[in-house]
Amino acid sequence: MGAGILATVSLPDLATFLVAGVIVVGGALGVVLGRNPVHAALSLVATLLGVAVLFVEEDAQFLAAVQVIVYTGAIVVLFLFVIMLLGVDRQERALVDQFRGQRYVAFGLGALVLAEVLLLGTGHWATGAHATTGALDRPLPNVTELGRAIFTTYLLPFEITSALLVVAVVAAVVLARRFGTGPEPATGESGDPAPDAGGGTGVHDR
Amino acid sequence: MTIDASWYLTLAAVLFTIGAVGVLVRRNVLVMFMCIELMLNAANLTFVTFSRELNDIGGQVAVFFVLVVAAAEVVVGLGIIVAIYRRRVGATADDPHELRG
Amino acid sequence: MLHLAYLIPLLPLGGFALLAVAGKRIGNPVAGWIATAAVAAAFAMSVIVLVSLFGHAPDARLFTQRWFTWFRVDRLVVDVGLRIDPLSVTMALFVTGVSALIHLYSIGYMEHDEDYAKFFTYLNLFVFSMLMLVLSSNLLVTFFGWEGVGVCSYLLISFWFRRPAAASAGKKAMIYNRIGDGGFLVALFLIFERTGSLDYSTVFARLGRVSTTDLVAIALLLFLGAVGKSAQIPLFPWLADAMEGPTPVSALIHAATMVTAGVYLMCRINPILHAAPDAAHVVAWVGVVTAAVAATIGCAQTDIKKVLAYSTVSQLGYMFLAAGSGAYVAAIFLMLAHAFYKALLFLSAGSVIHALDGEQDLKRMGSLRAFMPLTAGAFFVGWLSIAGVPPFSGFWAKSDVLANAWAVSPALWAIGAATAVLTAYYMGREFFLVFMGDPRWQGARPGGEAPRDPGWVMGVPLVALAACSFLGLFIDLPFHPTWAFLERWLQPVVGASLAVHHFGVAELWGFALADVAFALLGIAVATAVWRVAANRPRLEPRFLLMAWFVDWSYDRFVARPGALVASFTASVVEARFIDGAVEGVARLVRGGAERLRRLQSGYVRTYALAILGGIVIVVTYLVTRAGS
Repeated sequence: MGAGILATVSLPDLATFLVAGVIVVGGALGVVLGRNPVHAALSLVATLLGVAVLFVEEDAQFLAAVQVIVYTGAIVVLFLFVIMLLGVDRQERALVDQFRGQRYVAFGLGALVLAEVLLLGTGHWATGAHATTGALDRPLPNVTELGRAIFTTYLLPFEITSALLVVAVVAAVVLARRFGTGPEPATGESGDPAPDAGGGTGVHDR
Repeated sequence: MTIDASWYLTLAAVLFTIGAVGVLVRRNVLVMFMCIELMLNAANLTFVTFSRELNDIGGQVAVFFVLVVAAAEVVVGLGIIVAIYRRRVGATADDPHELRG
Repeated sequence: MLHLAYLIPLLPLGGFALLAVAGKRIGNPVAGWIATAAVAAAFAMSVIVLVSLFGHAPDARLFTQRWFTWFRVDRLVVDVGLRIDPLSVTMALFVTGVSALIHLYSIGYMEHDEDYAKFFTYLNLFVFSMLMLVLSSNLLVTFFGWEGVGVCSYLLISFWFRRPAAASAGKKAMIYNRIGDGGFLVALFLIFERTGSLDYSTVFARLGRVSTTDLVAIALLLFLGAVGKSAQIPLFPWLADAMEGPTPVSALIHAATMVTAGVYLMCRINPILHAAPDAAHVVAWVGVVTAAVAATIGCAQTDIKKVLAYSTVSQLGYMFLAAGSGAYVAAIFLMLAHAFYKALLFLSAGSVIHALDGEQDLKRMGSLRAFMPLTAGAFFVGWLSIAGVPPFSGFWAKSDVLANAWAVSPALWAIGAATAVLTAYYMGREFFLVFMGDPRWQGARPGGEAPRDPGWVMGVPLVALAACSFLGLFIDLPFHPTWAFLERWLQPVVGASLAVHHFGVAELWGFALADVAFALLGIAVATAVWRVAANRPRLEPRFLLMAWFVDWSYDRFVARPGALVASFTASVVEARFIDGAVEGVARLVRGGAERLRRLQSGYVRTYALAILGGIVIVVTYLVTRAGS
């Protein structure tokens, strides 16, 4: 390290990487360690923004934009909605794990995973073929290149994914539907009750 | 000049590990879900890194699809969570354990 | 007309088939008439075949009729077909003839039985099997008939199966028969192995290839089969128990036909016996000893049918004595005569039982001559026949047997002679106890109606059989070759093996007079002792009543240990080891599943942990495998 790196790496790149990296890791730790779910959600936002910066750094500008708009802008917002809806913004109870020693095993496994991935990552394992789909450093803009790949080579997955989106929407509607008439009292049971008196799934006039 | 790919991979590895441990350790369902998002992001980062490394747009296409599917997954997952935990206050992931052998 | 011989066994088979399908609907009494008609037609057919045979020269009286090939395995080819020669036609004649008479008798005897049609179904099946046995051209088909008559015997003995004694007797008969059949089967294997065929003609032609030891073995094994089927020592206890069956069954199967299958077999394989003299001696000695022992047992029995059963065993012993002495003609002669007079005796006994509503105890009969003269007369004729009083057929036949026995060994003759005295004695005892003396049955019949002679349906067979007991006169007389009809008739079949003994005229007269003397001696003793008293405990010792405790010892030393082993196997081996193993597997699986089931805790986070753990393992494995 030291002067050798600084000689080959440009300073702005390095600074960007370090800052973004710190934000990412810090946000991640915030998610995992945050007691309050809302704090955890905001930490997640930080992580996602950091990752977006890293995308830009890696010449994936379009993806960076999508990451910010979709991930940060939509998904985390959804999370926050649900947190508010369910009212889980209170402190988590300190329960006993069902499997004693779970957290120690978790840490152990985590360490193992880290070690392995590092091993895989830092060794020269990349054996993939180069430039099978489209060279990155063609003079075309990133979006064009990406679009070309999606709408030609990966057209079928694209179409299927759109079907998937429709399915997801339908699922969400079905899942969120209430059966029976009127709001149910909070009884603490799981699952939906059998239809109330009045039966069926009729829409009740309010 | 570019930074060596292994730095990004290391970062992604760390992010992934934090996410994995988080899933196992946290009991709050939504926080667990967020940790899963962390793992997905780590994978995305890895994909993009390799895309640049191998000079192939395929990695970025993969990330594109991962984003879409992750979005759909979050929608459905949150829908399920809402359906199950609707009437519980302060419920954890350990509470619904009826599907046991 | 010879080619119509196939009708002989097929007519009773047709009767069986018809009655098996529609017997119950045809019902009482038509079913009985159909069955009788089938057998009578078979008899008529046999007569026709007999007459056809007469039309050929004596040397040319062997015909085989092949029906079809049963199976073909490698070198073994088994054809089903008939062998028409003097011996088989003789057998067929008397089997169908006596069977027809007994069928007729049964129409009357079984008239009140609820399973009337079933009885005749079985009877017809039996006749078919017996005919296949005697007419077959092939040892395996003979064995088929052999087994068939065994099965029918079982079915008919336990006909009144609701009685435990009857069911058990049927089983017993089957088991004793099976022991003998084992010997028969091994003999078949040996015969095929040594001669390459099971067809009679072929086997006899190839006997020269077989070593004497093998021939002795084959003969003795076949004799073992005969011992089982014909109730000789040591396999005789089943015959007495077989009296549980209806009397017509006892008459037909256990006197006239099935039990003679063993004797027939010995005569049929006379070339083998002739070539294995040691085996023949064994046959003769077993026969004569059985005759003597059975005769002693008969002296002390109190059941009217059991006396006749042991008498049958005894007479069969005489037949084996004859066969073993090389006197095949005498054996067949005695078989014929015995069929007639034993059937006569059984049917008379049946008539008595029927008249007394099922009473079978000798001590509760008596003085029936006054009430049932026909039956008494028939029994009397049978008695004199079996005792060996001339001019009844029994005399000629027995005389023939004893004379030939003397030629082989005087000891055989002596035992045979003593038996003859005993035979006359115990039959006389039975006659006096049943038909003379005090009417001891009167106390048991408060209804007051006197026992009566049976109607014509049962009476005609009695008279017919009594007449046949006379006919013996004309079958074979030893005095002059021209009168030895049976001998000349059977010459082509047994001639080569016949032991020809030349007795001088004086010797012949000596034998004849001796036989008459024995018969009269027995009759005299019986008259003196039993005419006046019905109970003589000193002459009816328990040892004889219990048949020398043979059956008792089989039960004690064979059956009970066997039952113990069986119950041990069932309760210990089966329960603990076999069931234990099977249940153990189930328990193992269930126990394992119980434990494994705890893995499914229902907690998502535990599952997540497991997933991560699995990933780590897989990746570790891949990393270490991939090396660099």
